[in-house]
Amino acid sequence: MKISREDVVRVAELAYLDLSDAELETYRKQIDDILEYVGKLNELDTANVEPMAQVLTDDQTADATLREDVVVPCEVAGEILKQAPDPEPPYFRVPKVIER
Amino acid sequence: MMTNWTIDGVKEAIAAKKVSARELTGDFYRRIEARNSELNAFLTLSPERAYAQADKMDALIASGKPLPPLAGVPIAIKDVLSTRGTRTTCGSKILENYIPPYDATAVERLESAGAVILGKTNCDEFAMGSSNENSAYGPVRNPEAMDRVPGGSSGGSAAVVAAGLAVASLGTDTGGSIRQPGALCGIPAMMGSYGRVSRYGLIAFASSLDRVGPFATNVKDVAAVMAVIAGRDPKDSTSTTAPVPDYRAELEKPVKGLRLGIPRDYFAEGMDEGVRKKIEAGIEIFKKLGCQLIDIRMPHTDYAIAAYYIIATAEASSNLARYDGVRYGLRTNNDSLLSMYRKTRGVGFGAEVKRRIVLGTYVLSAGYYDAYYLKGQKVRALIAQDFRDAFTKVDAIVTPTSPVPAFKLGERTDDPLQMYLADIYTVTGSLAGVPGISVPCGRINDKLPVGLQLFGPAFGEARVLQLAHAFEQAGGATV
Repeated sequence: MKISREDVVRVAELAYLDLSDAELETYRKQIDDILEYVGKLNELDTANVEPMAQVLTDDQTADATLREDVVVPCEVAGEILKQAPDPEPPYFRVPKVIER
Repeated sequence: MMTNWTIDGVKEAIAAKKVSARELTGDFYRRIEARNSELNAFLTLSPERAYAQADKMDALIASGKPLPPLAGVPIAIKDVLSTRGTRTTCGSKILENYIPPYDATAVERLESAGAVILGKTNCDEFAMGSSNENSAYGPVRNPEAMDRVPGGSSGGSAAVVAAGLAVASLGTDTGGSIRQPGALCGIPAMMGSYGRVSRYGLIAFASSLDRVGPFATNVKDVAAVMAVIAGRDPKDSTSTTAPVPDYRAELEKPVKGLRLGIPRDYFAEGMDEGVRKKIEAGIEIFKKLGCQLIDIRMPHTDYAIAAYYIIATAEASSNLARYDGVRYGLRTNNDSLLSMYRKTRGVGFGAEVKRRIVLGTYVLSAGYYDAYYLKGQKVRALIAQDFRDAFTKVDAIVTPTSPVPAFKLGERTDDPLQMYLADIYTVTGSLAGVPGISVPCGRINDKLPVGLQLFGPAFGEARVLQLAHAFEQAGGATV
């Protein structure tokens, strides 16, 4: 067994994801199968391989990622707040975080 | 009215005033009304926006001004691409009522080029799936075989074009989500190189893999849409300044003498016999066209699914952290901040999304990062190297798009791993960042479409399109 029920509970907590008991067990089993399959990666010796952290090479991104820092007015705050479940312009309101 | 429209056909008809853009738009909405209840391919229609654009095109024609390249062409957009003022759900309950305040750059470019945006297409939730059965709004049916899936995740975008409910559409591809539904629905479908098409306004699934690309009924139209959406966008730092060639002009160049790599690693076990026969017959077409067929090895192919599902889920777990009930979308429970986060996400996400968030969080978590995520990134480097090595010997690579034709609805939903294996031939190119296209390559028993996939080197879209066009012209679709 690659992943235990406790692992799934811990990970769900890290991801702020509420899972039912049935979901916990189903996912544990399915993820266990997937991790079992993924284990085949260990057949490859990658000791001297650099991980691929970027898709584009430096010469493809150099001028794409650097630009002048220019101020551009952006006036969509009102429209964005309209999408919020509980807005109080100009704020997003959330349940109380700090207990006294 | 005519039913099999192409981009050129639309332009000629409206320029010659045989039909107005408004009439054509109305005709497409009537077709959608007639077919969509059985196909479930459109989630939201945007007639107000579509007719306003059609009227703009009709005014251009009346004034005798030159027409933009996609004037009056009815186009559908996958529901993971933001559309200003039109609901964008990502196939998820968590964004059921979300109305973006801006357009994705690809959508904006299509509209600037004269296209008429009909509406938003169904897809697997947050583009996670290979059958469109993970949509919170029900599965899409394959118009070529109504008891079967259209593929996924861009199943709706493939189905609407195959059924004649749009002339072209946009999908997104993370591990095969454009190419595989294109294959299963029998139409050409393209994923450009990583960095080729702006992703601004694409709601992110896995940022090192996600790409935007077109579906159409023929390769020339795929090229026409690519030409409009490709190119640098200052709003997307991963879009490159590499020049965009005139793809349509490149199409007619002769393919004789081009070297095509046939990676025997793609023709191993697990492929449906019917698919194998069609792909072999398809390869014969390239031979007749005078291409040189070269046997190549891509030794890390067999590890691609494993690497892909580590990397894609890790990135998804991070990208989907934004759905927390604060700024947009669903909010459930108001007891405390943390329980609001947990319940909102638990209720709002569907099973596949939750499964991937758990897996992705696990492979990134302390103690497992090196064994899974880092290992996956290293194997990804090996797969990318396979492609670089291959492209020192060949101009393009030919493979099947999917190991199986369209399968029956419900047939594979219980076993996620089996579903993931459907992406076996497409995820390699996703990991490597290279462009790929699926073109129709005959039908099994004259019914179920087969797709042939062509990969080119990074930013070699023109070559891939040229080969796909030659294949199509030589009768590839009826092989």
